[in-house]
Parts: sequence; structure tokens; C-alpha cells
Amino acid sequence: MSAPKSRARRDFLKSGATGAAALVIGFRFSDDAFAQEAQEKKLINPFDAWVHIEADGRVRLVLAKSEMGQGVTTTLPMILAEELAIDWKQVRVEQAPTNPNIYDHGTGGSASVRTSWLPLRQAGAAAREMLVQAAASHWAVNANTCRAEAGAVVHGPRVKRLPYSQLVAAASKLPVPDFSKVTLLNPKEFKIVGTDIPRADIPGKVDGSGVFGMDVRVPGMLYAVVARCPVFGGKVKRFDATKAKAVRGVRHVLEIPALPEAHTAGGVAVVGDTTYAAMQGRDALTIEWDEGAHATESSATLRTQFEELLARTDGTVVRNDGDARAALQGAGQKIEATYEVPFQNHSPMEPMNATVHIRKDGAEAWLPSQGPQWGQDAIAKIAGLPGDKVVVHTTLLGGGFGRRYHADFVAEAAQISKATGAPIKVVFTREDDTQHGFYRPASLHKLSGALDAKGQPQAWLHLMSSVSIDQYWTPPDKAKPASSEVGGAANLGYAIPNLRMEYAPAKSGVPVMWWRSVEHSTNGFVTECFLDELAAAGKVDPLELRLRLLAEPRKVRVPPDNESTLDTSRLRACVELAALKAGWGKPLPKGRGRGIACHFSFDTYVAEVAEVTVSKGVVKVDRVVAAVDCGRVINPNGARAQIEGGINFGLTAALKSAITIDKGRVEQSNFDNYEMLRIDEAPVIEVHFVPSEATPTGTGEPGLPPCAAAVMNAVFAATGKRVRRLPVRTEDLA
Amino acid sequence: MPPITLNVNGKAHAVDVDPQTPLLWVLRDTLNMTGTKYGCGIAQCGACTVHLDGEATRACATAVEDVQGRKITTIEGLSADRSHPAQLAWIAEQVPQCGYCQSGMLMTTAELLKRKPKPTDADIDEAISGHICRCGTYPRLRKAIKTAAAMAAPRPAAPKPAAKGAAR
Repeated sequence: MSAPKSRARRDFLKSGATGAAALVIGFRFSDDAFAQEAQEKKLINPFDAWVHIEADGRVRLVLAKSEMGQGVTTTLPMILAEELAIDWKQVRVEQAPTNPNIYDHGTGGSASVRTSWLPLRQAGAAAREMLVQAAASHWAVNANTCRAEAGAVVHGPRVKRLPYSQLVAAASKLPVPDFSKVTLLNPKEFKIVGTDIPRADIPGKVDGSGVFGMDVRVPGMLYAVVARCPVFGGKVKRFDATKAKAVRGVRHVLEIPALPEAHTAGGVAVVGDTTYAAMQGRDALTIEWDEGAHATESSATLRTQFEELLARTDGTVVRNDGDARAALQGAGQKIEATYEVPFQNHSPMEPMNATVHIRKDGAEAWLPSQGPQWGQDAIAKIAGLPGDKVVVHTTLLGGGFGRRYHADFVAEAAQISKATGAPIKVVFTREDDTQHGFYRPASLHKLSGALDAKGQPQAWLHLMSSVSIDQYWTPPDKAKPASSEVGGAANLGYAIPNLRMEYAPAKSGVPVMWWRSVEHSTNGFVTECFLDELAAAGKVDPLELRLRLLAEPRKVRVPPDNESTLDTSRLRACVELAALKAGWGKPLPKGRGRGIACHFSFDTYVAEVAEVTVSKGVVKVDRVVAAVDCGRVINPNGARAQIEGGINFGLTAALKSAITIDKGRVEQSNFDNYEMLRIDEAPVIEVHFVPSEATPTGTGEPGLPPCAAAVMNAVFAATGKRVRRLPVRTEDLA
Repeated sequence: MPPITLNVNGKAHAVDVDPQTPLLWVLRDTLNMTGTKYGCGIAQCGACTVHLDGEATRACATAVEDVQGRKITTIEGLSADRSHPAQLAWIAEQVPQCGYCQSGMLMTTAELLKRKPKPTDADIDEAISGHICRCGTYPRLRKAIKTAAAMAAPRPAAPKPAAKGAAR
């Protein structure tokens, strides 16, 4: 990681009561292209985080990060508190105001810890150095004879001591040190980082006091639900609101147009005094739809299209080592298999919702959002206001998993607020949430492998077709269809001399988007199951084959997944640790099996061993042992929780549910037919971390990709049956 | 129509709503008690669980007219200060992630502990399998329910106080 340019600034905030200055340092987490743009444009506030040390010594960390249960409002202050030499409880986290000058305040991609680790340490160290300098000047001693500890600066053998509160005013007048030149703590001195700090957001989640988007209440607020065409891309032809308007508590019925830029469907909005009134009103609507161009699409037609695309030879080549096709032709043993995965919905427990109030001179919004600036942008465009006139409050998120990056539900609330003048809370029912989502792409994969006489893989050919996320979101001239589809497959880490992957995007009316771990959720399953097939065909133990193919330490970096470099030795260490902790090789009773898989995603390495029982066509996952290398672990208990969550999220897709399309619409509607994993189906999970001093990386997503493969490889070990499509079906086990 | 009187967390509330309105929406939108959550509306996910005369009930599938005269307890009334053993155990085991489903989980757990002070894994499966946690907190939920049971268990009798004057 390159060191962020010095983007620190100094500021004075006057407190009315005392007139005392505060020490304020603003900075940015990501050193992206925007930073340069911000400098060129001389943007006023090109920051997404600030440290405020108040005159009374209290510390505020103002963060543009959304809390969705991943613990970001605990883990990030831990890092700051460490360098600032204060108790982490002294740091109060506040949601940063959404800044229209910053493209992405977003929370996703398992990126919060990864991108904030260094800037937060630098900000803490910079503030510490300013406070130390202020104390040294006060005592007229050299700063290097002073040190910071427990919220104070101390000096000398007879210990002079000044608490930060007495230094803030003087320190705030000093120049902020260049971030790249501050002295960071030696990690051996860490007292907070690496410890199990209880999450700050949990107490408010056990007594009902935590405020999610759904819980927002503002004066004069009305509730709205929207009837959207069940067919993707369809529109309202005509509607009759007579009965809806007669429902008690219904205030308005209005048509809202589709907004192509915001990817909203448009429809008929029913606005009421309560959520229930709006829902009853919607039920009483009569609407005739123009179903549009996608009314004949189905999961079957999409599969046919995938097959046709993969039968052609003009897919985009995304990896090409050696000559896989030639090696396959001359192979001693050739293995072929077809894998497929369906669309999946995010289905967070809190359905989509947003509260927006557009006034003439400005707008205010309360958003459970992973990308509040995208919501701000949508509201500004609809309201015809500059972005800085749109104040956004980010609430707690009742789950995100990628879905809450998008602002479709925000745009709808803005349209209805603009039309009615009232603050509007748009609520998706569970059915709306299931049928008007932005889904994990469906995909089809044809894999071929060649083995030599010793069972060593010599060739690997992976042909993939899916509904491309980037093709859905990006204008055709700029789209890179493979970019959110092939990660984790194109950069396969195994030493196979002839390795080729091709990708072909399909055409579909189904909206697609990032889903927890994005394409890794698919590719982890496909590649790790197929590797297991090669092991079985070559009569090599699946653990042994992985260790062999990862034996040579190599760095694998393959465009377009070129942000990340896979270090085979780190992946191998995870495989070894998972196998050791799981007791790989120990006999299991009949009907039970053990499977292993590993995957690298979001700069984190994970290997998992699953133990399953297969009985009467039902797979029960008994135990999953995970070994994780996410660099230095900031909050081990929090990181464990994220891996546990990723595994159980992946098991729902592996065992339980699929989104299927018929007549251009989603066939599922609620949890009775789009089923989630429940407690009696959830395994015992053990998480082990590979000890590491490497730069910390995230854990929200990387636990998911190996789990379906580990489970299905265990199913093979138990039954001899290969499961090549998800979710597992009873007939695939017969 | 005459207002409906509800007894929620020991207080009487007169509400003027359609008698068919689910209790969930009256709690949330009329009484502004938002700890009880909407998750599915069809009694599949358990996020809306409250107690009716001590019995765990899905508020999304209960018409408000049917609960007049009954004692309704919501998450806000589980304890005054997060001191219910289940709440303490939830914090101790760091159960919630996003937290949206947890009000319902806690209400069901509180009822379970009353019925079965020492719940087995099978008891826990039976009670909690009516709930969904999309964040996948199930391993911690199971552990926390057992922790709560241990916290709620009557303690062994305290040793007799020492003779007067000896205690300091």
C-alpha cells in the first residue's frame, strides 16, 4: 500500500461555552484517484474521517462508515485509540455528514479495516505527536524525552504529567505533521489491537433502542409502499385508485416514473398515515401493466443462452497460461463437468426502506445505506438541489450484504416526497424485497481438466457465462463485463502449467448486483469442487493435491482482478491449519463425510473443512472448521463473528434457496418459498486465525466462498455423489 | 368505532385503528415502540415476537382486536435496564451482528427459559427454529441461551454470615 499523501488539515472549532479550541485532523481512508481530483479541484472538505480532540480531552472519531453488524464502529476506534494512547472507550464514534464532494463513503468489499488501518494509525500518531510537542514546549524540554500514555503526556524520572485536556489548546495551534513522517507505535507495544473488545453497537441491539432505517420517525412523516411491475422492465399502463383511496388512512395515490439512471422500476405509490394503511391501499389498487421486453425470460431460457454462449469460442480470455486446449487434447485422463448457480437475493432481515424529506431550500434523509453518498446524489438530482443541500443521516443497517449500496429505494422516497411535500418513509414489504432486488448473478460453468499418469493436473479450462454485473451498471462503451464475474477463478492459485479461462456475458432483464463476496461466492464453489473432482479422478487425497499445487511459493496476480496478489504460501498455510484443526483423515461413521476447500478473496485467505451427514436425501452440515489469514487481527472475537456469519450466509445458498425466473418475474416472494438457514440446520463453527503481522484485511466476505465447496466435497466423501448445481437437491443425491 | 385498549408493558393505551390491523403495526406506527421489528409479515421470521400473557407470539399475524385485555410485553418491557439474563448473556456472548432479528430472538428466549430453565439443544432448536437470522449468529445464540439459563439459575445458598463483629 502506498503511503497516503499528507491530506491532514488543522482546524479550530470554537466551543460556545468555553471558547476553547479543539484539535481537529481530517483525512481520507482510500488513496484513490479521487484524492488527486480533490486537490486539483481544491475541494473544501475532501475528507471522509476526522479526529476531534475536545478541550476536555474527549475524542470523537467522525467516520463515513455504516454499521451493519460488522463492528466497524468498534474496530476502527480501537486502531485510533491505540496510536493515541487512550482507552478505546474514550473514543466516541459519530457518523460523518455525507459529503457530496466525495464519490464513495461506502462500506463494502471487506474494505473498512484494510483501507483505514494505516490512515487511522497515522492520524492517531499525528495527534499524539502534536500533544507531546505541546507538553514539551510547556515544560521547555525536548519532545523526545516525553511520551504519551493513558490520555496524558509524561516526562522525566520524577514524572511530570499533563492530561490531553490541558494540551489541546496549545496542540491545536501546531502544524499537523506529514502523515508519511509520523512515528507509528511498534506493534509489540499494542495494548488494544488484537484484543477482544466488546462491540459498542451491541447494547442498543438487545433492548430495542437501536434505530434502524425502519425505526426512523420524523414530524409529519407519512408511510409509502410502491406497486411495481412484477416483470422486470415493465411499466404502468393504467391504474384505478378509487378503492385504494377509500382505505382508511390512505392520503395519496400517485404514479412515479421509472428512473433509468437510478435503476428504479417506477410504479404506483400509495401514501398513508401508517405502513399498514399504505399496504392495504396498495392491495386495493387495480393496475394494468405493460410488461415490456423481458416478459418471456425464464431461468430455462437463460440457461439455454448460457449453453449457446459457452458452445461458441469467442469468449473473452481472462487467463491464459500455456496452451490448455492442446494439453487437454493430448491428455492421458480428461475430466469434464458442468456447474451452475442460480440468482440469489440479499434478503437482509430489515427490508429496504428510506425516509426522505424534500423542501424547497434543501432536503434531509435518514438512510440505512452502505453508500449514503449515492442516496444523496439521487435525492439531489430528483429535488433539483446541489448535493450539499441534501443532509443525509446514516442509521443502523439491518443487514446489507451489498444490497444497501444501491439507492433505488432512496430515489423512490425522494420522488414521493417531492410530489407530496411531506417527509416520506418508503417501505419494501418482504415480498417487494424478494421480487424487486438486484440479484447475485446466475451463471453456468464448463470445466475441463487433464491429469498426467501420477494424477497431477496438467491442464485446466474454465468457460464461464453469467449475467454480468458491470454490463448491467455501466454504459456499454465503458462496461468491462468480466470485471465482477471472474475473480477467484481467473486468478486461480494452483500450479497448473496450462490454465485458461474464458468469459461470455449473457443478456437478461434481471437486475444484478454485488452480493456477499460477489463472484467469489460462485467461483469458490465451482473451482474448489472441480479441483476435488481432479483429485478423485487422479486418486489423490484432496488435501494432498491442494498442498502439492500450492507447494511452490508464488505470487499470482491476474487482470482484471489486478488489485490483489495471491500469495500461495499464505493460502497453503490456511489449508494446513484447517486440516490440522479439523482432524483431516480421521475416520468418520458411514453416511458422514469430510470435505475441504480454500479460497482467496478481498485480500484474505480462508480454508474450510466441512463435516456432513447425508441421510434420506438431506444434507446436514455438522461442523465447519475455518482457518483464516486476514493479516493482523484487530478484534479477534469480532472477526470470528464475521467468518461465522459468512459461512452461514453461504450455507443458505448451498442448501436452501434459489431465486428463479418465470415469465420475466421472480417466482419466490417471502421466507416460506425463499428459505433461509435456521438454527437447527446451522453447524458448529470453529474459526482459527493464522498468526500474522501482515497488514490487516477484512473478514465480512471471505468466509463465504469456500463453504459451499467444502460442504459439497464432504457430500462426495460421504456418498460418492457430485453436486454440481446449487442449492443441493434431493434428486442430486439419489 | 370505539378505540381499542391495549395493555403494553404494564401501561394502558387507547388506540383508534382498524381492528384487523396487525399488532405489529400498532406497536410500531401508532405507539412508536419500534423495538418490535417487521421482517416478513407472515409469521416466518420471528422478528416481531412479543409476549401475550407470557406466551411468545408473532405480532405481525395477530389482529389487534384479538389482544384486548391481554398483557402484551415487548422488547422495551423485557427489563428496565437490560438486566434480563438473556440480555446480559447476549452482550456477554456478543451475539448480535446487524441486530434486527434479535428483539424477537430475545423474546422467544425469555419465554423458553420460563418454560425450560435448563433448555437442551433440542429445546433451543424447537424454540428458535421459528426465527431467521440472516447474519448467521446461530452458534452464538445457542451459546448465549445456555449462558442465560446459567445466569438465571438459582444460586446455591449463600454461606451463613459469620458471627457478629467478625464481618468487616
